Amino acid sequence: MKSIEDIQSCQYEIAETEDGDITIYVQGRMDSSNASRIIEIFGSLIKDRQPLSMAVDLKKVTYIDDFGALVLVELKDMMTRANGLFDLQNAREEVLFMLDSETLADTTSFIKIRPPNMFIRFGDAIIQYAADVKYLISFVGSVCIAFVYSFLHPKSLRMEETFLYMQKTGVDALPVVAMISFLLGLIVAFMSSVQLQLFGANIYVASLVSLAMSRELGPIMTAIIVAGRSGSSFAAEIGTMKISEEVDALFTMGFDPTRYLVLPKILASVIVVPILTLFSDVFAIFGGLVVGVFMLDLTANAYISETIKTLTVFDVFWGVFKSAVFALLISWIGCLRGFQVKGGAASVGHATTSAVVSSIFLIIVSDAIFTVIIRYLR
Amino acid sequence: MKKRNIVQVKDLIAGYDGEIILDHISFDVLEGEIFIILGGSGCGKSTLLKHLIGLMKPLSGQVIIDGNDISNCDEITFKNILRKIGVLYQSSALFGSMTLAENVSLPIQEYTDLPKKLVDTLVKIKLNLVNLNGYENHLPSEISGGMKKRAGLARAMALNPKILFFDEPSAGLDPVTSVELDNLILSLNKNLGTTMVIVTHELPSIFNVAHRIIMLDRQTKGIIAEGDPNYLKDHSKNRFVRNFFNRQSQNYERISESLKKNRN
Ligand SMILES: Nc1ncnc2c1ncn2[C@@H]1O[C@H](COP(=O)(O)OP(=O)(O)OP(=O)(O)O)[C@@H](O)[C@H]1O
Ligand SMILES: [Mg+2]
Repeated sequence: MKSIEDIQSCQYEIAETEDGDITIYVQGRMDSSNASRIIEIFGSLIKDRQPLSMAVDLKKVTYIDDFGALVLVELKDMMTRANGLFDLQNAREEVLFMLDSETLADTTSFIKIRPPNMFIRFGDAIIQYAADVKYLISFVGSVCIAFVYSFLHPKSLRMEETFLYMQKTGVDALPVVAMISFLLGLIVAFMSSVQLQLFGANIYVASLVSLAMSRELGPIMTAIIVAGRSGSSFAAEIGTMKISEEVDALFTMGFDPTRYLVLPKILASVIVVPILTLFSDVFAIFGGLVVGVFMLDLTANAYISETIKTLTVFDVFWGVFKSAVFALLISWIGCLRGFQVKGGAASVGHATTSAVVSSIFLIIVSDAIFTVIIRYLR
Repeated sequence: MKKRNIVQVKDLIAGYDGEIILDHISFDVLEGEIFIILGGSGCGKSTLLKHLIGLMKPLSGQVIIDGNDISNCDEITFKNILRKIGVLYQSSALFGSMTLAENVSLPIQEYTDLPKKLVDTLVKIKLNLVNLNGYENHLPSEISGGMKKRAGLARAMALNPKILFFDEPSAGLDPVTSVELDNLILSLNKNLGTTMVIVTHELPSIFNVAHRIIMLDRQTKGIIAEGDPNYLKDHSKNRFVRNFFNRQSQNYERISESLKKNRN
């Protein structure tokens, strides 16, 4: 019995004897485009007919590469498993060479490294964590040294770079900070008015908005926005420089990477984020004012004078001081994560995420500490 | 049997926003040929290669790969062309988050339905070919620059494409590995008939493998020499071309004369 079928660019013809011997005459190409189809078809042939022996005739094969050779090896395996014989006929030299080559002789696939068990991973995580903390401390040290050095040699500070980062972190963030603070002031005023109206104490909305925003919400919201915008970009920038060996290049040229890359970023952030916070306070109070005037029938005059009466200079300064600390934390952790990048692009992505998450965490933790301190201070 | 043109470049003008790098270039690559693109640094070899593989569109002119115009064809034809070519980039371009084995198996898994076991075997064969056995589970960041080059080559030839494009394959390789790479190129070319288009500066490897070369020039923005390197070495009309193959500085003659004078 003979049949011809077309497998893409490869044809075959089957000759079968009474005793259950099959010979397959293949012609055309055996390459990556049809390897899996050939295995499928001939594999099911072996399963269905269960021949005692199978021979593949390669006389009319025009092209065969390692995909094709692998197909032959796989067919041989199948026949051996079914206790049959396998033979190649009219194979040209290069085919035999490919089959013979030691790579094919040993078709066992390489061992994939399995993820280790839970205890090993736990231990690894702890070691990793310890190394992380160690690096963190040494990074603080090198930043301090860089600061002292720049203080003693003011010329070594890259002023142009610092101004650039001041613009990127501060000026460019102003629209979004203004918008969010305005809406936040609006929301706080609206929420509190619902309660205060019951007591006819509408005017205290002004106190509540100004106090809450300038002491807590203003600094925190600004810091979170800056963490998302600039902390992440610091990490990505330094991380990318790290994997393209630019940091190494700086080092070998005699620059201190910390002083060169980190200091401008920290300095710029610490200067502009408090200013951003002040803007945030103003826009939030304005948001509250809008609610007060249009929904609570307060006059703008009364609202503003109540605000001035409530806010002390200390309140505003306390908020500004906190935001300076937040700025320090954000830029510091952003740069740190950047320097921790190892390997490839995925690691940069990880550093960016981690920079944002760690800075938000640090912002909240330090704010909690500040709250406790102020409680006992006054 | 007359060989057919597998790559045809017709009147190509190439450049970056307004600045023309290559001006009215035409040449053909025959099927099964090892074709080398030469030229001084910055003369536009990588740019030309980017046009050949469809990464950049010509300002004018055509690039025809295996009968299809790569700069001006529909999505499906383009996909089909891509299936026929493999590229080794100047900086390897391995995916940093994947091991070498995963890098090499990526195209195999994408374009074939072979069972996992066979894919693994193929990956092993490919990495063996470039002498990287045992590094299957390494990440690209954990191996050296020359090893990255070789792994990139293994990935480029994973599917045994009809045409392989190389951007400086031997840069960063030691002489021995470099010769092994040449032998690999020759044996792929002989056994599978793969056409190779190579950008390189390695003189020994040029004389070793090249069937034909073209040389680009920065000043004229065109081709200043075309043909067999062994012939061009001594017989080119252009002095720069002769100097290039004989490894002499452009002002070699002037210097040697002044040296003679000094000695007298
Ligand atoms: N992305 C780009 N934008 C603008 N101009 C570019 C760009 N890439 C390259 N060029 C310019 O094109 C010219 C050719 O660059 P190309 O990278 O092709 O050179 P090359 O011949 O590959 O050099 P080398 O041997 O150093 O790799 C150079 O003058 C370069 O300034
Ligand atoms: Mg180049």
